This record gives sequence, C-alpha cells and structure tokens, in this order.
Amino acid sequence: MSLLGRKLLAVGAAVIAVGLLIALYISSWATSFPASVAATPAPRQSGANLTLMTVAAIGPKYSPSHPEWVSYLVRRNGKWVHSTDYSVPAHSLVHVTVYQYDGDSGLRNPFLSQVQGTVGGTETIDGKSVRGIPPEEASHTFAIPELGILVPLPGVPEEAKNQCEFAPCEGAAHRTITFTFRTGGKGRYHWQCFVPCAAGWINGFGGPMQTLGYMDGFIDVT
Amino acid sequence: MGEPNHARRLTLIWLIATLIATPLVVVLVGPILPPGHASEQASGHVTDNTVLLGMATPVLLLVVIYLAYAIVYFRQPRGAALEGPPIRGNTRIQTVWLVVTSSLVLVLAVYGTVRLLADNGAGSGSGPKPVAKPPGPKLPVQVIAQQWAFTYRFPTYGGVETPHLELPRGQMIELHVTSLDVIHSFWAIQLGVKADANPQVDNVVFVKPAHLGRFEVRCAELCGIWHGQMFDYGHVVSPAAFRTWIHQQQVQFAPATKQLPPYKTTYLPEPVRRGE
Repeated sequence: MSLLGRKLLAVGAAVIAVGLLIALYISSWATSFPASVAATPAPRQSGANLTLMTVAAIGPKYSPSHPEWVSYLVRRNGKWVHSTDYSVPAHSLVHVTVYQYDGDSGLRNPFLSQVQGTVGGTETIDGKSVRGIPPEEASHTFAIPELGILVPLPGVPEEAKNQCEFAPCEGAAHRTITFTFRTGGKGRYHWQCFVPCAAGWINGFGGPMQTLGYMDGFIDVT
Repeated sequence: MGEPNHARRLTLIWLIATLIATPLVVVLVGPILPPGHASEQASGHVTDNTVLLGMATPVLLLVVIYLAYAIVYFRQPRGAALEGPPIRGNTRIQTVWLVVTSSLVLVLAVYGTVRLLADNGAGSGSGPKPVAKPPGPKLPVQVIAQQWAFTYRFPTYGGVETPHLELPRGQMIELHVTSLDVIHSFWAIQLGVKADANPQVDNVVFVKPAHLGRFEVRCAELCGIWHGQMFDYGHVVSPAAFRTWIHQQQVQFAPATKQLPPYKTTYLPEPVRRGE
C-alpha cells in the first residue's frame, strides 16, 4: 500500500473510532433514565399514593456525581430512592405527600403561587388546607403543565432549627404537603419545578433544573 | 449539421414550463399553504407564501431544466476524459445575471417591507414601539414566557393572569410578549403570530382572529431541557364567550391576582424572596 493509502486508512480508522466513542457517549447519556417508581395502592381510599421528598442537596449517597444538587426523591417499599419517573394508574385519584426539607427561593412569577388542577383546588400544608402560598415562601413547585396541575411547595423557614444539609433528611425540619389529583387516560407527561431553585447557576435554572432526574421528570399514566 | 442554439432552446423550454407551472402552483398549491386563515395576519402570510412560491417557481424550473438539459446534451462521451474549453468572461450573461438577481432581491425587499407595514407587522414581534399600528380599539394581552410555560395577563380585566389563552373573534389584539428568565419565542401557529420573548423586553404584536377554533402555541426558541414540552392550545371564541371565560378566570385566579405585581410591560427577572 502506498504512503498516501496508509495515511488515508489511518485517518479513516481514527475518524471511525472517534465517531464510535461519541455515539457510545450519546447513547449512554440518552438511555440513562432513572428507574420508574410506581405509586402504591391507597389502602384506606381509592386511588394510589405517591410519597415524595425534596431536599436542598441530594448528597453523595444518592448522587455521587452531583451531591450538592437540589432534588426530589420518592419512597418505594419504605425506602427513599432517587428517581423522578413516577408511574400512576389511569382514571384514578393520586394522593401525593411531599416532605419538603428545602428552604425558600421565591417564585419568579407570583401567579404560580396558586394551587391549580388538584381536587378541590387546594393542598394541605402541615395539615392546613390552602389554595396557595405567599410567592416569596415558595421553595419548589410540583407541576404537570399538560394536565394543568401546579402545586407550590413552601420552604422551611431560615430560622428553623435542625435544617437538613443533604439527603437523607428524615428527622430534620420540614414541611408536609399533601394534595390529590385525578388522572385521565394513559400517557406520558413531564413534570417540573417552576421555582428557580438551582443555587449557584445563572438565573437559578441550570444544573439540576436542566438535567432529567433532579427537579423534573415524567409521570407515566398507565 | 451545426451546433444548435442551446440558449434559445433552453429559454424556450423554460418559458413554456414557467407559463404552465407557475399558474398551476399559485392556483393549486397556494390555497393550502400554511398557516391558514385563522386570523387576518395568517391570511396575509398565505398570500405572501403564495407570492414567494410563484416567484420561486421560475427559478426552480430554470435550475432543474438546465440540469436536465446539460445531462442530455452536454454529457461527456463514454471513455473520454476531456475538460470543457475555459470560458473567461461573457458580458451579456454576466449583465443579465446581475440584473435579474438584483431585481429579484430588490423586489422581495420592497414587497416584504410594504407587506410588513401594510399588515401592521404581519404578526411578527415589532419591538416596544411598533412602526405600524392598526387603528381602532385593541385588547391588550401580555404573553409571559418562563421555563417552561406561557402565561397570559389581561391588564384591562383587573390584571388577571391565566395559564391558557382565549381570544375574541374579530377583535384586534395587542400582544405584549416578554420573558421572565431566558430567551423564548411565542409562536401561535395558526394565527400567524411569532415574536421573540426576551427578558426585560416588551415585544408588541398585533393580530386579529378571524375564525372560531383552536390554535397551537409553541415556543420557537431553544430554551432548555423542556423546550419541546413548552406548548399549549389556545382558542378563538365569540366575544360573548370570551367575556364569560375571562370572568371565570378572574374568579378562579383571584387569589393569585392579589399576589401579582402591578401590570408592567416587563418584569425584573428576580424571584420574590421572603422578607425582601
């Protein structure tokens, strides 16, 4: 083989190798979804239960790559797991409980401080039923825009003792929020937080707000 | 037998094809071009798209016919490896080329400018101080973009904000498009409306819905991980249905309305914080 032929072969092989590496990286990234967690049947009422936790920092136990990122967790079989892909039954009530361990960030749009799309248009915060919260007290929202559902989650006051540093947070100061929504037909819907809660990122909307598995995910209605 | 006059032959073929194809394209394809006739501005877009398609058809035919002609008549003989004779300069061809292309570009520029002015911005964002404003009363509606949803505020209805958009038929709407975080773009497809939504910028668009029905709203600017999910459906309804709807929204969102800042054309993209 001529020198030119050998050079072309080497360049071609290098291009193919780099292409394969890029394809491997992209396919690995595109398929690394968190495991879906199914809501559990509600024993004393119709529908299903979904129990979530929000934390200011997910911690190294659940996310070694981004331990400082704000995140949701979900309870499965009595244990907290790091997933934002939830499976709920179609045409039924979903009773959601959120244990909120993060402080407030405030809403950029105060309109989103009103509860929307839940049964009765309300949520309960530490046992008290409300139709909304002061926008400056919002820590996160649980919103499924396609289904018209939006629930603002108030933050733990700064002056509260025993603040959670990173997950797991059980036992630390928190707010307990409950609400119920009714699902329609089958489908996959995205849910997200509307609060710019990604501390340290431009406009609070980088990192965990732009990465699947932290402050957003999917609701699979099955 | 001498070489035929290729230029004359090509011109004749192109001319016949143009005379046949252009009216057919305008008559048959024009009416089905997007975005339809849901608003006056959308109808204007259909007209513009038809005119552009009509102007593009002869150009496309010229390219395709010349290509086909060259394949048939200027094909290199099998086995030959000859290069054509070098051509250096042809004043007539160069002049024709410059005149035709310059004329096309100038005509398009003039046409576009006239249409933009005549159609009050033609459904596009015209900035905070539009050059062309439609006469008569207008319903102001603020479009607020945020990652990842549009919300809508009605300053003449107590400043109520809504998660969906309904518009009255036959009423000139003055949309004020802005953003609370990053760059978005408000695209009401069937209404023929598209306007950048930039933080701290008031981008004004005029649109007059013409028919009852549903229209699709999408973000047309890559704005983050859920950009593709930033869509919704709006409705054009009768004026009476609109009044009923907006009253329902005022009642339903009364708690949120109390929390809203006074209506402004732009908002500082800073979240409200406890104690501030």
